[in-house]
Amino acid sequence: MKDTPLSNCERDFLLKAIQEKKRLDGRQTYDYRKIKITFGTDYGSCFVDLGKTRVMGQVSCELVAPKENRPNEGIMFFNIELSPMASPAFEQGRQSELSVKLNRQLERCLRNSKCIDTESLCVVSGEKVWKIRVDVHLLNHDGNLMDAASIAAISALCHFRRPDVSIQGDEVTVYSQEERDPIPLSIYHMPISVSFSFFQQGTYLLVDPCEREERVMDGLLMIAMNKHREICSIQSSGGIMLLKDQVMRCSKIASVKVSEITELIGKALENDKKARKAGGRCGFAESIPLERITALKMDETPMEMMDVTERANDIVQKAEVPPQMVQSPVVPVPGVGQVGQGLQNTWGLEEEEDEEEEDENEGSDNSAEEQEGRVSPMEEEKYEKEERDGGDVVEISDSEEEEVVILHPEKPDKAPKNTESSLHQKASNKKRQ
Amino acid sequence: MLSTLKRRVGEVLLPGDEFSYDGDDTISLTEPVRPEKVLCGPGLRRSGDRLLVCKSGVLRHKQPNVFWMDCQQKRYVHAKGETVIGIVTVKSGDVFKVDFGGSEQASLSYLAFEGATKRNRPNVQVGDLVFAQFIVANKDMEPELACIGSSGRANGMGVFGGGGLLFRVSLGLVRRLLSPHSEVRSDLEQLFPCELVIGMNGRLWVRSSSVHQTLVIANLLQSCESMTPLQRRELFTRVQQGAL
Repeated sequence: MKDTPLSNCERDFLLKAIQEKKRLDGRQTYDYRKIKITFGTDYGSCFVDLGKTRVMGQVSCELVAPKENRPNEGIMFFNIELSPMASPAFEQGRQSELSVKLNRQLERCLRNSKCIDTESLCVVSGEKVWKIRVDVHLLNHDGNLMDAASIAAISALCHFRRPDVSIQGDEVTVYSQEERDPIPLSIYHMPISVSFSFFQQGTYLLVDPCEREERVMDGLLMIAMNKHREICSIQSSGGIMLLKDQVMRCSKIASVKVSEITELIGKALENDKKARKAGGRCGFAESIPLERITALKMDETPMEMMDVTERANDIVQKAEVPPQMVQSPVVPVPGVGQVGQGLQNTWGLEEEEDEEEEDENEGSDNSAEEQEGRVSPMEEEKYEKEERDGGDVVEISDSEEEEVVILHPEKPDKAPKNTESSLHQKASNKKRQ
Repeated sequence: MLSTLKRRVGEVLLPGDEFSYDGDDTISLTEPVRPEKVLCGPGLRRSGDRLLVCKSGVLRHKQPNVFWMDCQQKRYVHAKGETVIGIVTVKSGDVFKVDFGGSEQASLSYLAFEGATKRNRPNVQVGDLVFAQFIVANKDMEPELACIGSSGRANGMGVFGGGGLLFRVSLGLVRRLLSPHSEVRSDLEQLFPCELVIGMNGRLWVRSSSVHQTLVIANLLQSCESMTPLQRRELFTRVQQGAL
């Protein structure tokens, strides 16, 4: 699908706004959008939000044979995936110009700057090395994909742990996560890319352009830098002429931005580590609430429970003697077949009967209960609710009922019956104890 | 079915929820029996004797028997008679191709402008914005737009003048803005004098005296999407007092 075209009015307005030092989302010229970094439950996966731009980084590893010219170095592999989910203009499975450009830039930023110690990834020289694969998936496109991708890639690499290996003679053993703690990669520095867009032949400069600003810009300058103020890669595209002091100014801004972002990544990593150590919930996967069926949820109907016993007794006493069953089948009209014994059609009436039965059951139960424990029905209900709410808490108990997860919609008229029986069991268990 | 539908008006429903026809509604023998007809709007679909919900949102009702789902979707499906803001993408011969944010582009004849004749062509460039209404909106045919009503008058439609900002909001907010007694609109009127064009396809166009004011209005409208009336009023009064 083709992207929405940019109208002349948007273009004119954006350029006019930039001239007045104003941006669409109210930022200042050198401001970044809000950056949010979240890690997954597994090591080496992270989500980065840069305003509305959203990117996922995933690191994985495998044992492969090394390259012939570098027998004792591990292999780094980078892949950027532009899915149509990010923007309808991206096509699945085809290497577009943009994806090649982003891939190339990410490689230059992370591999060529030698930020990762590849020699530590060697297992057996010339035979087995670790291949670290970094996949960056773009989930939403609102401009400045490169910065988001570089932040996602480096934080995923920092978060990643590879399995431990041991070598005894010729034998290589790879230990699982349970046997030995996995080992983090050794990272020398963290290169982070910062994008600058230029308007009107370099007269105006903006940091972190959003999608619409990217469309009207004349040129782009990407500087990858680490917090020691070492430039890892620098690339200018769009074909504009930049002056020396413009580039110098950009690199100064980049150094400030990079130190801020590095600090943020460090903080995010530390938070994640703390959460993992505490054994609590960590990562975005854990923060998703448990699945529940809500579509069939019914409203709770208030039920009068006060005089159930009396009413049930009343009904039992007043009820007529059930009609005697007709032994021989009666054929009302010749040629009419019949299933069952009586004349009455009981097919459509089942539910009502059930309910009546239930009522009676409840009544008798209640009376029994009252004799035993003097628990009034209302209190009982409360008790039940507490029981149900406390289901999440792990409890050591004899009853097996607790462990069964029942996925049924809340039905006020059926549920009490189930729990009541378990209640009875519990009560008896307690007595036994 | 009518009673259950009426009971659930204003509730949030999800795709897959259904209303079934329950036959045991009592029919009065004395009063004349009137067949109850339910008019289903978008988001409700009939399947046999059931009524299925096929969009998530809030069930709405209008007297006497009209029901529809009020949803917050962003995808625009064109319908006849709706007015939209389109971007002219191609100028070829006697028709323009217009992007309106739907599944395909619509065609707009150069004669479908007020006062246009074969000699007197309208001045429309590629990239210009047009405010037009659908005269053909059919799933099997190419959609067609026109900038004149049936009487040949423009009625406010046509090519946009210079300036102003175009931005997108959800279709739910657009309908809220277009409703006769829109609170959002009346709140906004008290802020700044501005020109606002609302397309049913979720595109809004704002022009006011300065770039700053235009940006403020655009951001306010975009944030209206997820605010309760109370929060909105609070924000608007804050803006009025000069917070921005």
